[in-house]
This record gives sequence, C-alpha cells and structure tokens, in this order.
Amino acid sequence: MTKSILLVGVGGQGTILASKLLTTGLMEAGYDVKMSEIHGMSQRGGSVSSQVRYGEKVESPVIEVGSADILVSFEKMEALRWLKYLKKDGKVVVNDFEIESMPILNGKADYPEGIIEELKNKTNTKVIDGTKEAKKLGNVKVMNIILLGVLVKSMNLEEIDWQRIIKENVKEKFIDINIEALNVGMNL
Amino acid sequence: MKKLFTGNEAIARGAYEAGVKYASAYPGTPSTEILENVALYKKDILAEWAPNEKVAMESAIGGSIAGARTLVTMKHVGVNVAADPLMTYSYLGVNGGFVLITADEPGMHSSQNEQDNRNYAKFGKMPLIEPSDSQEAKDMIKTAFEISEKYDTPVIVRMTTRVCHSKGIVDCYDREEVEIKEYVKNIKKTIPVPAHSRALRVKVEERMEKLREFSNTTELNYFEWNDTKVGVITSGMSYKYAKEVFGDAASYLKLGFTNPLPDKKIKEFAEKVDKIYIIEENDPIIEEYTKSLGIECFGKDIFPAYGEMTSDVIRASVYGEMKESLEYDEEKVIPRPPTLCAGCPHRGFFYEIGKRKDVVISGDIGCYTLGFSEPYNAMDLTLCMGASISMAHGVKQVFKMKENENKRVVSVIGDSTFFHTGINSLMNTVYNRSNTVNIILDNRITAMTGHQQNPGTGYTLQGMPTIEMDIEKIVRAIGIKHVRKINPNILKEVNDALDWAFELDEPSVIITRWPCALKKFSEQDKEEFKGAFQEKCTIDEDKCIGCRKCIATGCPALSFDKATKKAKIDPAECVGCEVCLQTCPVDAISVVKEEK
Repeated sequence: MTKSILLVGVGGQGTILASKLLTTGLMEAGYDVKMSEIHGMSQRGGSVSSQVRYGEKVESPVIEVGSADILVSFEKMEALRWLKYLKKDGKVVVNDFEIESMPILNGKADYPEGIIEELKNKTNTKVIDGTKEAKKLGNVKVMNIILLGVLVKSMNLEEIDWQRIIKENVKEKFIDINIEALNVGMNL
Repeated sequence: MKKLFTGNEAIARGAYEAGVKYASAYPGTPSTEILENVALYKKDILAEWAPNEKVAMESAIGGSIAGARTLVTMKHVGVNVAADPLMTYSYLGVNGGFVLITADEPGMHSSQNEQDNRNYAKFGKMPLIEPSDSQEAKDMIKTAFEISEKYDTPVIVRMTTRVCHSKGIVDCYDREEVEIKEYVKNIKKTIPVPAHSRALRVKVEERMEKLREFSNTTELNYFEWNDTKVGVITSGMSYKYAKEVFGDAASYLKLGFTNPLPDKKIKEFAEKVDKIYIIEENDPIIEEYTKSLGIECFGKDIFPAYGEMTSDVIRASVYGEMKESLEYDEEKVIPRPPTLCAGCPHRGFFYEIGKRKDVVISGDIGCYTLGFSEPYNAMDLTLCMGASISMAHGVKQVFKMKENENKRVVSVIGDSTFFHTGINSLMNTVYNRSNTVNIILDNRITAMTGHQQNPGTGYTLQGMPTIEMDIEKIVRAIGIKHVRKINPNILKEVNDALDWAFELDEPSVIITRWPCALKKFSEQDKEEFKGAFQEKCTIDEDKCIGCRKCIATGCPALSFDKATKKAKIDPAECVGCEVCLQTCPVDAISVVKEEK
C-alpha cells in the first residue's frame, strides 16, 4: 500500500533537506519512492511543499486531495492551508511556530487564531514546540530534523539507519547536532 | 547503481550516459537544473549558458553539424525565442545527434502561459518523446539520440514541471563514448536556399512516414492489458496520474513517442476496449488524432482543457468527485504571496518609482516582476523576456500621437534579461527615437531561476573566468547618450536619477548596480560591494510614531504591531540594506553592527 507524506512550510525552513533525508532513507530501506516539490516563485518566504510517496510500487509523485497519511507542517498556518490534502483519519504534526506573511507583516491582516484547536478538533494532531527543542540543542535551524524525527516515529520508520543517512548527506560539522535532533524528535 | 533523481537530474545523467559532448541552454523554470547538472560532468561535457534560447539552439545546432551529440534545454516559452532556427534545422537534419528538451508548465507554477510545446513537434515535423518519470527521462534521452542519428532529425523531448521536479529511483550506467563524427562540407544539406530546401522538404515527409512506422513498432509505445471495459490512452505524467485513479481496472496505451502518433497501435487498442479516455496535459493532440482515425473517445469534453491532469482532477472528471477530505474554513488562511527578499536591491527602486504619478511602467521577467504587487504597485505591463523596453517604446510612440497625454513611459529590466533580448529592444528605442526612461536592474546574477551566471557576471556555467560585458558601455555603444549608474539602496540617488531622466527629451538608461542579497559573492563582488549585507537595522520603539512609512517598503524583515502601533525589525531577516532607515521621518531606525 502506498503511503503519502506531505511536508509543508515556508521557504528557508529546511523542508527540502528533511525530505531529502526522508526519501534517501526510504529508498535505502528498499521502498519505491517518489517525491514532488513545488516552490513559490521567490527565493525566500513563499509557501513550500514536499510530497513524498513510498511503497512497493509508486506511480504518481503528487498527493491527491484527501489522501495524505500524515501532514507535517513546519509552520502553523501552513498546516491549515494544506489540510484538505490529508485523509479523513490522517495525522497532523504541527510545529507551533508562526511566520507572518506579507499581508500580516504590513498590518492588513491578522495571523489567524485558534489553528491548533481547529486542527485538534478535526483530526489526530501532535503539536511540537520545535523552536524550544532546537534551542535546547543550541541551534534553532535543526527544527527541521526534529520534525523529521517526529515523522519517523509516527510512520514507524525507526528501523531505517537514519544516523548513516544523516552522516552521508549533511555537512560534517552539523552531523552530530542533526543526529541529536532526530533522536529528540523521535522521543517527543 | 541506483540514484534518487529529479527528472532534470535524470536528463543530465542520460545525456552523460549517451555520450553527449556539448550542451547549451538559457535558464528557465522548470528546466534550469538540467544544464546545472550536465555542467557537473566537466571532464566529459562542455556545458554553456547562452544569452538566450535562440543563441543556445543555434550553438547546439552548430555542435551537431560539427559532429558531436549535442543537447539544448529550455523552458516552454524559450522555444518560442528559439523557434526560428529549430523549424529550419528540422529540414537540414543532423550530423551528431541533436536533442531539444522543452520543459512545459501545465498549471503555470512559474510561467506566464501554458502553451503545449508538443505542437512544435507537429508544426516542425520532428519526432517527439514524452517521459513520465525520472527513469524514463534518463533512458529516453539515449533513445532520442539514436533516433536523431538514425532518422537524420532533431528530436524534441517534452518534459513537464512535475516530471522535471519530481524525484524517483533511477538505474544508472556508465557513459558510452560516442566519437565526434567527421565534418564533411555538404551545402545541399546545410544551406537551405530555396533550391536546396525544396529537396529537403520532400525528405522531411519521407522521414515522417518512416517515423510513423517506428511509432507503431517502438517499445516506447506499449499496451498494458488489464480489464478492457475502460481503455486509457495517455502520455507523460498523465499516465502516472491515470494509474493512480484506475489502477488495474483499466487497460492502457502508454505513449512515450507521440509524434508522429502510432495509428496502428491506437486502432488495435480501440478494437479491444469498450470505452476510451484520452488523458493528456494541455492540448487535445492525441485526442484529435484518435478522432481523425474515426475512433470514438472521451477527452477534453470531460477533462479540463487546462491545468494539471493530477489524479484528483481525473477522479473529479470521471466520477464527479474527489476523495473525501476534512472540511474546514479555508478562508481563515492568509495568503503567502511571493515577496522581494529582505535586502533585495530592487526594493529601493520600486519604493521610489511606485510613488510617482503619471507614469506607465513596462516590466519584464524576473524577481522584479513583483514590482507590480503591493505595496509598490509599480508596474503596468509585462509580457515576455526582453519586452519591457520595446513595449515601452510602442506605448510612448502612440502616446505622442495623443493630445494631453503626458505620461512618462518607463521600462524596467534585469541584467540577464537585458542580455537575453533587451539589447535589440534598446536599439529600436534609439533608432526610432522615442524618449523612454529605461531602468536596468543589475543585481549581478540571474536571480529568479536560482543564481545562474550570465554574460555580465564574469564567469561561465562551468566556473571559468571570462570577459564581463559592461552594460554601461553597451548602452552607450547602442547610442544612448544619457546614462546614470546608481546604488538603488540610496533613495535620494534613485529619486534624483528619475527626476533627471524624466526631464530629458531623449531616451535614457539608469543602471542600478547592487548584488542580489542571496548572491554568493565572487572576489570581485567582495571588493566592489564591501560591507554589503554585514549589518542590521533596529527600531527605537520610543522614537517610532507608528506612521508605517517603513512598512511601505514591503520588506519581510519589517512588521507592524497593531497593539503597540510600532514597527519592528526581525534581526534574523534583516541584512542592513538601510532602505527603511531612509524612509523614517523621525530617525527611529539605526544601524547596529553585526557581531562577528
């Protein structure tokens, strides 16, 4: 059975590295894997999504409306933007972290309230304070790998040798902190 | 060896394995990464960025005539620029194999139109190949070169955004060295004067007949027999989408070779299935051909004529509904439109020109197209690469015919786009004597497609230092007498330059020269732009009067707190361009030196 993982966030949050590690791990575990990425037009700050699908044989790299097994959102409002792609009984992992978009920054709109409550009302939702956990490790940027850790646990993918995948795909000076971050995520 | 490749990486790998020696391109989403990855095979392939797609096409044609397997890649609208050489090269045929990759954009994720470049294959009478995933993309490149050499023809490979940017597992092999063929002068083949072209024209028809037979026998077009109540004829990524929806409940005629289309295979398929759906992205090309064979089928009458043919779209078209999903108030979600980055050198210019009344601003293709949007509202028109300067000229010429039409006409174009096709446009402005104000936003790189070198940056695609084109010298050589070079982060300089240019009766050029905030600095950049992006700005809350003047710069590092009625700067975003600082009427913004 093909599984579908939707990783969403804002450009610059590291969704691309997280999905690269994820897909590499899945491939090495023997799954067929497809991934599709659409990034916004500008270099930074747009809504970004990585769609990962794996199983015995995967056809389309694109997740249909109502079919993702899990939605991992690196930013709170993005979870709501992409929620329609989740299966009715799908899981949400949401980072309790706000990035204001331009209409909010310039005071024309307010950041929506009650997102976490709404997500919890609709489906099985796990809220992660990625910033707090990443700060504990000493680098706020590893938020993405903490979330990857949560995802790995949620999808029962702990058997894959993630330490090796990280070692082979991350710059040397960041290997240790990323392995730690993954472990933190897997235990949240 | 198995690798997880995007379609673009797979094309590059395919070119490497197929023994390609020479490749040329102009960057454009979603095609850009193909040449970037080809360029990594430095030892084996010479890869170049050309100033535009026509030049890339012609360079590659030259390489093919000289005897090497050559590759040329571009986005769909790039093929329009390169169509002139392409259409006639179809007549000439090749020496070394020649493959054009067109990266189409169903759904227009980052393009101005959704044209279906399969039409070029039909139009120019060339074979067409459509991969549906990364593995096919790699394998089909090799086949494309074989077809090119066997049938003496350029071959078009049509990619789409999702094939380009999706990853899949690809089996990789070693490179097969293909010797550069001997070049023998043969004017009947390579000089298409009418007498020669008439003979070549006949050969093209004969070639197409042979290719029709190939289409009927090649494994690129295959049947997948399952339940025969429903039959799907499909190509490219649509095949994958269709498989998600119908699975084994339908039989498939999967077409990888789509010009010319396989009449016999289509008829054979039609005889065995009860009902046919034709699923293809963009134009009804397979559908119209199938109907021309007298076969009944469902196509654009039930599927949308535009957009991506994703599984949910197919599902909705065939079954009337998508999969069930959670219901919630989507309107609660605030848009996240693309914005100019913090420190973007375009900001200062748009902030100032956006305040001017009685101007028509003709824009171009690049990050700076965002000048049209809030809060700048500083663009009236854009069209295609290089059009800003020439459209502005036309607008001005007609305005001159009107009484009481005193609007100033301004064009805005980036450095790479100026080299692409802006130069010819500026020649026209000078030659035909309009007095437009032409702004060249030189951010020292081709930014929007992800930082590619161009003739103004001093480096080639494969990192070789090279002659750097001097924009100021070029515009002066064209005949522009009034040229100013300014720092766009200094608002007074921007304003003064605009005042100066608006008073002139002759055409002028203002070059804003400051690097993209995300650019990896070369040694020369480090010297020229010493200290750039090293600082941060901060707002003194006690001084801030909440006037929002800084907010009007549209910088994502700035926000306005409605509760305290104060502006603030996010130190993680700010790179210290100081544009906001200059807008503050009470000097509440200051620079803090970054701790290093």
